[in-house]
Amino acid sequence: MTVIEQLQAEPHNLWKRIVLFLVLLGLVVWGSDSVSYNGITAQGSVVASGILHGITHPNPAFLFNLTETGVPYLVLQTIAIAVLGTIFGAILAIPISFLSSTNIVPKPIAYIFRALILLIRTIPSLVWALVWIRVTGPGAFCGVVTQSICSIGMISKMYITAIEDLDTGILESLDACGCNTFEKIRVGILPQLSASFVSTAIYRFDINLKDATTLGIVGAGGIGSPLVQAITYSRWTNVGAFLIALIILVLIIEYFSTKIRSRLARGAQA
Amino acid sequence: MADSKLEKKTKLFDRIFKPEHIVLDNGHTVDRPKSRMPLILICLAVVIIISMKMTGFDFGIIIRRAKELPVILGKIFHPKFAYFPKVIKPLIETIKMSIIGTIIGCLIGLPLSIMASTNINRNKPSLLVCRFILSIMRSVPTLIYASVLALVFGLGTFAGTLAIVIFTVGIVAKMLYESIETIDMKPYEAMVSFGATTLQAFWAACMPQILPTYIDDCLYCFELNVRASSILGYVGAGGLGVLIRERTGLRAYNDLGMVLLTLFIVVLAIDFMNDYIRSKIS
Repeated sequence: MTVIEQLQAEPHNLWKRIVLFLVLLGLVVWGSDSVSYNGITAQGSVVASGILHGITHPNPAFLFNLTETGVPYLVLQTIAIAVLGTIFGAILAIPISFLSSTNIVPKPIAYIFRALILLIRTIPSLVWALVWIRVTGPGAFCGVVTQSICSIGMISKMYITAIEDLDTGILESLDACGCNTFEKIRVGILPQLSASFVSTAIYRFDINLKDATTLGIVGAGGIGSPLVQAITYSRWTNVGAFLIALIILVLIIEYFSTKIRSRLARGAQA
Repeated sequence: MADSKLEKKTKLFDRIFKPEHIVLDNGHTVDRPKSRMPLILICLAVVIIISMKMTGFDFGIIIRRAKELPVILGKIFHPKFAYFPKVIKPLIETIKMSIIGTIIGCLIGLPLSIMASTNINRNKPSLLVCRFILSIMRSVPTLIYASVLALVFGLGTFAGTLAIVIFTVGIVAKMLYESIETIDMKPYEAMVSFGATTLQAFWAACMPQILPTYIDDCLYCFELNVRASSILGYVGAGGLGVLIRERTGLRAYNDLGMVLLTLFIVVLAIDFMNDYIRSKIS
């Protein structure tokens, strides 16, 4: 077959492309009427230059203030919220995900628990925080409880995939060797699940860390609420200090979590 | 010589806790490294205890005040359907914000991801700068962008859309350059050797390979953005979040329940639609 013939043998889907393009264009046109640009506000240019000035000149006294209102303490508190939220979420997700795996329990029960997971996932974490704040009062503890609940949704979804991929042939061969139930779980199930479970938890920790900042806006502790306060009161050098700390924190955590997760996926040697 | 090299490779852990020496029946010896589990567990326990101190963890509060929870959740799960007409306009605003934000963000993300992939862009400085900008875009939460942009561009959907665009660019470009780096480079090299420019070669040789992943990533981002944009209004950037803030402020949890129910149905519908499109593509 010559090159020309090969080229002509390619499927002709010009019409499909035109339709797809028109649909996208239609969506943009439909949406654009609500997203109208009204120009910047009166103090808009002041805010913009303030932010730029703040990021290039972060308040050093604030950045290295080691008391409870300083940046290092708030960053550590944000990490603490994410750590506890992830660990509790990961533990709470284990029973729920086993109960919603179709190869462990009958289908109707699995679907009930899946609906529960879907419900947890759809309610935004901010709303969960607003609900829990009534119970725990404002503070970092509210953030921990909120993240423990919110994490269940995504973590269980990933756990379920891992559980449903379980190789049950191993269990049969262990049965043939005369293992009891405990031994079967220890050497047949745990090694299959542990890597993906830990990997999921670390991935969620990444997300929770960013989420913990957001939760601070409603008063759930961490770096979020002082950051938003600083934005509202236009203390741009403090905003700069917060943002720089936040960016460095997220970059470091992302780097290590990617490293650990690729090691978990490929084994220690890789 | 070989021994000293091997010695260097032993991990610090194995030098402190000597591996167990096992002599097999046939005379061979095997070193069984000591389990790392106790060390990991101790570290984890220390981290948990420090975190509990820092966050003021007190399980007693939940038990003592647990009766508050059913009151609120009970109201949320009995949504006031009469409130629905007022939900429609912010809901459509939210959807429009996420559609526009996703489309614009995905379009900007494509060229940036080409610049940020090591196998296409051979220019190290521009690659590093591009990746650095992308990581900064990803590391600041959408809500913080929205609260700053709402101050600059005034309250409303424009600030929210812009926040979504920034977030989408960061995440789409990252997912895309990771998949660009795993593609088969032979067609690209063939095109370059024929004299095609980088962009021509990319368009003809790499684009068909990454297109399914690209569309998949865009759909995934759209799902994320619908969820994210529903709360952007909390800082005044338009959409459902405005209602969420207003109704929780007034403690009108039945109305909040209606807002959440609508959001739930929309998110579910979008998830189904995306799954359908994905099954069509693959």
